Amino acid sequence: MAYDDVKTGEFKVVGTRPNRPDGIDKVTGRAKFGADATAPGMLHAAILRSPHAHARIVKIDTSKAEALKGVKAVVTRADFATGLTGENWNILENVMAGDTALYDGHAVAAVAATSALIARDAMKLIKVDYEVLPHVTDVDKAMAADAPILREGAADKSVPAGLHPNVVRYHESGHGDVAAGFAAADLVIEDSFRTEATHQGYIEPHACLAQMGGDGKGEIWCCTQGHFNVQKVCAALVGTETSQLRVTASEIGGGFGGKTAVFIEPVALALARKANRPVKLVMNRADVFRASGPTSSTSMDIKIGMTKDGKITAAQGVFRLQGGAFPGAPMEFTAMCAFAPYALENVHQVGYDVMSNRPKQAAYRAPGSPMAAFAVESVIDELCNELGLDPIDVRLKNASKQGTKASFGPTWDRIGLVETLEAAKAHPHYAAPLKKGQGRGISCGFWFNHGGETAVSLALSEDGTVAISVGTPDIGGSRASMGQMAAEELGIPYENIRTTIADTATLGYNEISHGSRVTYASGLATIKAARDAKKKLCARAAAKWGIDADAVSWVDGCAVPSGPNAGDFDPMPLEKITKSMGRTGGPIVGHYEATPEGAGVSFATHIVDAEVDPETGSTKVVRYTVVQDAGKAIHPTYVEGQFQGGAAQGIGWALNEEYIYGEDGRLQNAGFLDYRIPVASDLPMIDTVIVEVPNPGHPYGVRGVGETSICPPLAAIANAVSAAAGVRLHELPMSPPRILAALDAQADG
Amino acid sequence: MSQIHVTTTVNGDEVEFLCDPRETLLDVLRDRLDLTGAKEGCGTGDCGACSVTVDGRLVCSCLMLGAEAEGKEIATVEGMATDEKLHPLQEKFIEYAALQCGICTPGILVATQNLLEKNPDPTETEVRYWLAGNLCRCTGYDKIIRAVMDTAADLRGAS
Repeated sequence: MAYDDVKTGEFKVVGTRPNRPDGIDKVTGRAKFGADATAPGMLHAAILRSPHAHARIVKIDTSKAEALKGVKAVVTRADFATGLTGENWNILENVMAGDTALYDGHAVAAVAATSALIARDAMKLIKVDYEVLPHVTDVDKAMAADAPILREGAADKSVPAGLHPNVVRYHESGHGDVAAGFAAADLVIEDSFRTEATHQGYIEPHACLAQMGGDGKGEIWCCTQGHFNVQKVCAALVGTETSQLRVTASEIGGGFGGKTAVFIEPVALALARKANRPVKLVMNRADVFRASGPTSSTSMDIKIGMTKDGKITAAQGVFRLQGGAFPGAPMEFTAMCAFAPYALENVHQVGYDVMSNRPKQAAYRAPGSPMAAFAVESVIDELCNELGLDPIDVRLKNASKQGTKASFGPTWDRIGLVETLEAAKAHPHYAAPLKKGQGRGISCGFWFNHGGETAVSLALSEDGTVAISVGTPDIGGSRASMGQMAAEELGIPYENIRTTIADTATLGYNEISHGSRVTYASGLATIKAARDAKKKLCARAAAKWGIDADAVSWVDGCAVPSGPNAGDFDPMPLEKITKSMGRTGGPIVGHYEATPEGAGVSFATHIVDAEVDPETGSTKVVRYTVVQDAGKAIHPTYVEGQFQGGAAQGIGWALNEEYIYGEDGRLQNAGFLDYRIPVASDLPMIDTVIVEVPNPGHPYGVRGVGETSICPPLAAIANAVSAAAGVRLHELPMSPPRILAALDAQADG
Repeated sequence: MSQIHVTTTVNGDEVEFLCDPRETLLDVLRDRLDLTGAKEGCGTGDCGACSVTVDGRLVCSCLMLGAEAEGKEIATVEGMATDEKLHPLQEKFIEYAALQCGICTPGILVATQNLLEKNPDPTETEVRYWLAGNLCRCTGYDKIIRAVMDTAADLRGAS
């Protein structure tokens, strides 16, 4: 980006904390989420799911269900498009099983009826004959020679010969000579780690309302992080053209990556087409756990060498990710994020994407990165302990910075890791005394952040107010930040702007709200759209004044002559120009479409104090501080909210949350009672420090902030637990039974 | 299955409805009375997104049958604001950014209003334990707890 694109000097609206535009709707119950929509003549749907982890579907008899009074349609795989390839085939196979049920909870049929109760009754009347097959749900077992094969030929060309067919993708990266690096170390520690799968745990289950007539035209209302993606995928899966489907994103009740994937919308659409009536389909909580997209589980081996004074001489990691019954586990992200915080001469990382009889993994806030940080930052902590070094000083000594080569290849641009470490070191938390039984842990974390395809339109009204249309569902307060950025550019009050998430028929294609991209990419596009509008406003003023358009500038919400030579005219306010725009050339709309590629990466450092009860093995987080580089915080309160939310999810991942599969391959804890996410009484206040090292790729310096906050907590807490209890946990979650077992083993040893 | 006729009071208004004996109070509120403020996050009483009060007692409306509402006084999030004026808790939740996605917000507001009626001066620990049945996945609870504590202080000052 050209230097003159970047705003310098004081901000007026950016950096303030106005109320969110969706606030009143959300506190009054008026906001419409996925399950809140209705349509005349609407049917209710339910999905029948496999009770087996792996089974051939011999026969499905739907006749009794179809005969039930009130049932209007039953669909199976036969009601979807044929001949799909690649990821569309994978999604269809996941959305509705073909010949084989691949995991407990895999959809096999669906019903639409005049009430939800009838739909549920009808499901019980569908008879499915299964031939149960051997299954595997553990990542290491799925790679073993005797593991049942999920699907022959699923591996791509990256996989070296001789690996099990369940290994479907392979990654290798790094540089230097790790053997020489380890030889130069004073201490080398090698250790293995495992993490269980976790779920994003959004409180709103997936929900949609679909309708489609025989003419192939359809509409979907749904909670999603990416309605343009829903449009594209659904069109392919039901066999219609993309533009014939209009998809509207509802308010979204949490996503965290889990609503980037498509699960139920094509099913509702197929039912609606068959019944020729609108169909509402809402997952229940057990279905969300069994059949949406949890994270990968992992098995990891880490080896790091260090000199006595804390210099890392070499690092290597092997990362095996189980991604469920389809390719796609984000093992390359795990491998690439693992050592990203450190400037290393010798580094090597390997990743395996492994299929198993579990639901297809989906993104969860910095997908793949938290697990890597858990393993790597635990080993660095061990090295610091053994060598008697301060963990922040060691990280500062090895920290990646502008100009150093990243562990996965590129050379870093301006980044803010050192600044987060320095702020953490200076924070009162780091020097605060600990009580007996407490320990302190620290960890760094890294996420790439993303740009992606983006289109924004900014329309001016006759009265001078502004309507912004963006195509990225608001998952973190982005309507407020878009309004702030537009207000900053246009020089008008924040309150005069309304930002709407436009449907797929109203705006150009927008990639999903993922990769912490919204405030960066939609924000950049909003700023550019506002600049486009300003140019047009200046041209109208110039025409009125009879001077050249280039001789007019935009200052504080008014067109003004650029200098004394341009002429002597009073400033012309925005509302004066818009009032007459119908007569001076027509409507004024600014817009911008691009795929911005300057998303600045983001680093964080977390400090946590934990207390372990040796009697019960229970861990309490007693103090927590998040320090993260935001580039530029558009709305600091919402940035803090992202920091705190990510930390809280990380605490759950570290201490409680896990998918538990039985010997039968069935998920044993598909509910919030047994899959326990942190509740208010589990957590302390979460302190935040916003570091601002501007991203050169955004006009205001914004970096995405949504994801990095979940990267450090797993390791920071493991390091705190180790300091508090004197035992190192190598497996997540660090639940009371695991901590007790570790304490017992230590006592025995 | 034959439907049951129920007469009850919701947010001060008398309402009548017919429901299947298997329908929950939450189903009735959302699907029959068009009060979609209460949300179904789990259907098993674990998340609190469906919180309402019945005769002043905080309940998960997904754990109560619609037919059991006969003769009761039910209050939902839709009844918190009066005459276009938000309840102080609602104001403070917006000001403090005590909500992100907002799906848990109606339940948390109903629960905290109920807390402050019983205990106008709760400690932070008391607020945290009172809300332990209301899951929020976005905020880490920090800003929610602060908003509740500050509202309680304001209300004490005003009374």
